[in-house]
Amino acid sequence: MNAAPPVPAAQVIGLTRSFGGPPVLDRLSLSLRRGEFAALLGRSGTGKSTLLRTLAGLDPAPAGSVRVPAARAVVFQEPRLFPWRRVWHNIALGLRFADARSRALAALAEVGLSHRAQAWPLTLSGGEAQRAAVARALVRQPELLLLDEPFGALDALTRLRMQTLLLRLWQNHRPAVLLVTHDVDEALLLADRVLVLENGRIALDRPVTLPRPRHPAHPDHARLREHLLASLGAGQSDREQS
Amino acid sequence: MMSTRTATATAFPAPHAQSPARPKNLVRLPRLRRIAAPLLFLAAWQAAVALGLIGARLMPPPSAIAESFWHLAISNQLLPSLLVSLARVTVGLAIGVAAGTALGLVTGLSRLGEDLLDPTLQMLRTLPHLALIPLMILWFGIGEVPKIVLIALGAAFPIYLNLYAAIRGADRKLFEVAATIGLSFPETVAHLILPASLPGFLVGLRQALGVAWITLVVAEQINASAGIGYLIMNAREFLETDIIFVGLCLYAVLGLATDYAVRLLETRLLAWRPSTLGALGRRA
Repeated sequence: MNAAPPVPAAQVIGLTRSFGGPPVLDRLSLSLRRGEFAALLGRSGTGKSTLLRTLAGLDPAPAGSVRVPAARAVVFQEPRLFPWRRVWHNIALGLRFADARSRALAALAEVGLSHRAQAWPLTLSGGEAQRAAVARALVRQPELLLLDEPFGALDALTRLRMQTLLLRLWQNHRPAVLLVTHDVDEALLLADRVLVLENGRIALDRPVTLPRPRHPAHPDHARLREHLLASLGAGQSDREQS
Repeated sequence: MMSTRTATATAFPAPHAQSPARPKNLVRLPRLRRIAAPLLFLAAWQAAVALGLIGARLMPPPSAIAESFWHLAISNQLLPSLLVSLARVTVGLAIGVAAGTALGLVTGLSRLGEDLLDPTLQMLRTLPHLALIPLMILWFGIGEVPKIVLIALGAAFPIYLNLYAAIRGADRKLFEVAATIGLSFPETVAHLILPASLPGFLVGLRQALGVAWITLVVAEQINASAGIGYLIMNAREFLETDIIFVGLCLYAVLGLATDYAVRLLETRLLAWRPSTLGALGRRA
């Protein structure tokens, strides 16, 4: 119930979810604007993934209302390609178009994976496989793109490349993005809004107005980074960030 | 040992050591080594009989077995027996595989099917199917029917168990993908459940083949007027040990051939698996 513009890309009101114990999500409300890139931060176990899965329609929303567009796509932490279908076919699966194949190939070209279209997924490197997963999401022309720690399993250099790629794709297609991450630097590099989830609610909701392309050396950047780290309770020993 | 040697030999031209351009003599050498042991064994066997260490009557030498193989072949006794036995296995296996597949699909794909059928099938599978021979004879007589039913029964269970487990064991995470990309149930079956369960099905097929051959051997020995089993039983009557060995060789060859066929099927159908990709040498 934020001051949202006319039609939000996704809206959650009073979402409560518990797995037997105290609620993981406790009357959570959140509205995502169209074309907005939001990063959702939070310590592990705070329900980030549960919120994302609810938005994806994978988890039920027993209490509260969740309004999401039909055109939405998910990229998980693992590529989750069907190993028995060739890469292009993985991208084309579920597309209800006559030209599904050429759309899939175009999406692969956009993520720089044209040369692997005919390959079996298990022969891809980690970065290639995740690019294919991004292409599979992209080809669905989502209004809402849900990313569940999509680059967490990649090495630092590949992660950097993927972040650049994601930024470019977002700027070209302008879906609303919800990026679940535990990496404050990733959030500050990509998002124009940062959310921190704590005790089942959005504890912090900050716009990121830093100019793009982002530079960690920017004084505001460093200040916001410290602020976010503090709100994640990482002032002490266990900084998860790289 | 061999692989290191071939690797060093081809390391210079390309990093793909498994490329088909590998020199031929290097391929043959390991094969030669592999068959060296069986050949030595046969030679020792032959020598032992020739030296009188083993009685030729109970343990005829390889040469005598080869000879009677040849006699049976040219007197047209071998091929008909072979075909009769092969036909029994083929028909029984076809029925068993079809039944096992149908049951596996029903219980794997629907909870209702699982509740209705699985407990009964799990109970039945603990019963050794060969124990049913007396019943089979009473029900179906001593013709082809009891043999085929027995083979079908034996083959159905490995197929059922493996397929059912494979379908239920399909990766949950991929089902979430299927949900998010909006696959319908038939599409999910076609693109996810069936391909995911194919490796398990093929394991079941291999086990079914093994069971089918064993069942054939037992079923053919009870009462048969044709087939390899008949050949062996007949030979026993007349103490023709060499013919018994011929029959055993035929069983072994048939078993090997069908196992090879399944393996060929695996490389074709499971081309996406890294192990298969390595074997085919095509890391595209």
